[in-house]
Amino acid sequence: MKSKVLIALLLIACAAALPFATDALLGRSWVRLLDFALLYAMLALGLNIVVGYAGLLDLGYVAFYAVGAYLYAMLASPHIGMHWPIWTLLPMGALLAASFGAVLGAPTLGLRGDYLAIVTMGFGEIIRIFLRNLSLTNGPAGIDLIDPIQIGGFSFGASHSLLGWDLPGIYSYYFLFLGLTGVIVLISNRLADSRIGRAWAAIREDEIAAKSMGLNTRHLKLLAFAMGAAFGGVSGVLFAGFQGFISPESFTMGESVMILCMVVLGGMGHVSGVIMGALLLAILPEAFRPLSQLQQATFGQVWLDPANLRMLLFALALIIVMILRPEGLWPSPVRRRELHEDDDASPFAASTPGHSQ
Amino acid sequence: MDIFLQQVINGLVQGSLYALVALGYTMVYGIIELVNFAHGEVVMVGALVGLSVIERMAARGETGWGVIALGILVAIPSCMALGLGIERIAYRPLRKAPRLAPLISAIGVSIALQQLAALIWGRNYLHYPEVLANPQFHLGGAVITQVQLVILATTGILMAVMWVVVQKTALGRAMRASAQNPAVAGLMGVNVDRIIASTFLMGSGLAAVAGVLVGTYYGVGNHTMGFMLGLKAFTAAVLGGIGSLGGAMLGGLLLGVIENLGAGYLGALTNGTIGSNYSDVFAFLMLIAVLIFRPSGLMGERGSEKV
Repeated sequence: MKSKVLIALLLIACAAALPFATDALLGRSWVRLLDFALLYAMLALGLNIVVGYAGLLDLGYVAFYAVGAYLYAMLASPHIGMHWPIWTLLPMGALLAASFGAVLGAPTLGLRGDYLAIVTMGFGEIIRIFLRNLSLTNGPAGIDLIDPIQIGGFSFGASHSLLGWDLPGIYSYYFLFLGLTGVIVLISNRLADSRIGRAWAAIREDEIAAKSMGLNTRHLKLLAFAMGAAFGGVSGVLFAGFQGFISPESFTMGESVMILCMVVLGGMGHVSGVIMGALLLAILPEAFRPLSQLQQATFGQVWLDPANLRMLLFALALIIVMILRPEGLWPSPVRRRELHEDDDASPFAASTPGHSQ
Repeated sequence: MDIFLQQVINGLVQGSLYALVALGYTMVYGIIELVNFAHGEVVMVGALVGLSVIERMAARGETGWGVIALGILVAIPSCMALGLGIERIAYRPLRKAPRLAPLISAIGVSIALQQLAALIWGRNYLHYPEVLANPQFHLGGAVITQVQLVILATTGILMAVMWVVVQKTALGRAMRASAQNPAVAGLMGVNVDRIIASTFLMGSGLAAVAGVLVGTYYGVGNHTMGFMLGLKAFTAAVLGGIGSLGGAMLGGLLLGVIENLGAGYLGALTNGTIGSNYSDVFAFLMLIAVLIFRPSGLMGERGSEKV
C-alpha cells in the first residue's frame, strides 16, 4: 500500500515538472501540445466508459464534444453577448451532452450493438451539418473571441508570474487539465470496481447472461452512454475556453475515429492504457510534421500529405490491433486473460462456447 | 411543371442507386451479421476507378454510353478484388472474436480506404467528363433524362438477376442456408467460407456499378462520397428489413422518394430556412424512426436475436 502511494506521488511530481522540462528542451509549442494531449486523455477516458466498460461502439463521440464546446462558445463570448462563468457552464455542458446521449441512446440501446454504431456515426455527421448551417452557431465560420476560462479573479488565458518565472496561459491550462484528468481517472477507477462497473462488464461479455441474472441492461447501457457523453461535454467546454475559437471543422468523423483509436490501441477498459494511448496518438502526429518538409526538400512537392498519412496509419492500426492484439497495447490483466483463454494448453479451454458470435 | 411527379421520378432514380448499395449491406449482414462499414467506400472506389477510365477515354475523344460501360466493366473486377481482400484480411480472422472486434476493424477499413483514395485521386472533387448528350423526355408534367432511364433500367435488371441467383441457383440456396444457420449449413456440405466470400464478391460488384452510375448521374466523385451514400444505403436496408433482399430494394426506393419529396417540399413550406442542405438529415431521422417503431423493418422477419 505504501509503495502505491509513493508511486502516485512520484507520478504527480513528474507530471507537474513535465511542462517546464518540455519548454526548456523542445520549445513552447510543445507545451501547448501537452495541453491538447490532456484534453484528448479526458475525451478518451470518457469514451472508454462507453466502449471499454460497457462494450458499446460509439462512432460519433465527437458530437458530444461539439455540444459542450458550442455551449461554452455561445454563452461565454460576444457572439450573443453573454459571459457566463465556467462554474455554471461546466456542469451545464455535462448535463446537455448527457441528455443528447440519452435521447440518442434510448431508441437504439435496446437493439443490437451494430445499430448503435451506425446511429452514432450518423449523429456525429448530422450535428456537424446543423452547426454548419444554423445562423445561431454562425455557420461554417464558427465562433471566435471566446472568453478564456476564469475562476474567481484568476484567468487561465493570461500570463502569471510564479517565483520570478513568467508563465504564459498554456501553463495554467496544463495544471487545470491535469487536475481534471486526475478527477476523471479517479471517477473511472471507482466506477470500474463499483456495482455498476461490474454490471457493465457483465453486459459487455455476455448480454443475455447478464439479463438473465436480473440486470436491467437497457438502463445500464443508457447510463454508460450518457456518462461517456457527459465527459465529452466537459472536455468540449474546456476545449472552447482553451482554444478561444471553434468551428464545425474541429468536430469531424476523423476526430471521432482518432479518439476511438486512443481507446482501442491503449487497451479498452484499462485507464492507464487509455491514457497512454491518448498521449501517444496526440503527440505522435507532431513527428509526421517534418515529413512534409523533407518531401518538399527532396521532391520539391508534398506527395504524402501528413494529415492524410496520419489517418491512414491510425486506420491500419485499428485493423492490425483488432487482429493481432485485441486487448490493446497496455491492457488490464483481466482483459488479457479473457481474450487469450484459448491459448492455454488445455484441450477443453478452446471448446468453451463462451463467446457466441 | 408537375413538382410532385418530378420529385417522385428523381426519388426513384436516387432510390434505385441506394437499393443497389443496400443489397451489399443486407447480403453480408444476412450471413455474418456484420455491418460492413467499408461498403460505402467500395462504392467510392468503384466511382473513382470508373472516373479514371472514362477520363482516359474522353481524352481520346470517345463519347457515348460505350465509354460509361467500359468504366463499369473495369470498376467491377477492381471492386470485387477489393471486397474479397477486405473480407479475407479484416473480417475473416475475426469471425470468432467478440462482437466489437469486427466492427472496429470495419471502421478501420473504411477510413483506410478513404485515405488511400485521397492519396491516389487527391482531396478535391473530381468531375466526370461529359461524354453523354443526355436528351430529355417529357412525361406528363415532368422531365426524365436518358441517364435517369438507363439507371432505372440497369438497376432493375441487376435486381432481377440477384433475385434469380439467390432464389433459383445452388449458390443462392447455399447462401440462404448459411444465413439461417452457418454451422448446420457447414455440416450439410456447404463451404461457408466460400459462400461468405462470394457474398462479398457480389455485393462489391453491385457497388461498382452503383458507384459509376452515381458518378455519371451527379457528375462528381470524391474520396468522401462513400460515407453519406453508405449511411443512406444502410438506412434503406434497415428500413426494408436487414437481411432481406426484397426489403433492401423496397427500402432504397422508398428512402429515395421520401428524401426527394421532403427536401422539395420542406424548402417551399419553410421559405428556404430548412432547405435541401438538410436533406441528409432526413435519412438519419428516418433511420431513428424505423429503429423505434419497427426495428425489424418493413419486410424483415420479426425474429429474436440468435443466442
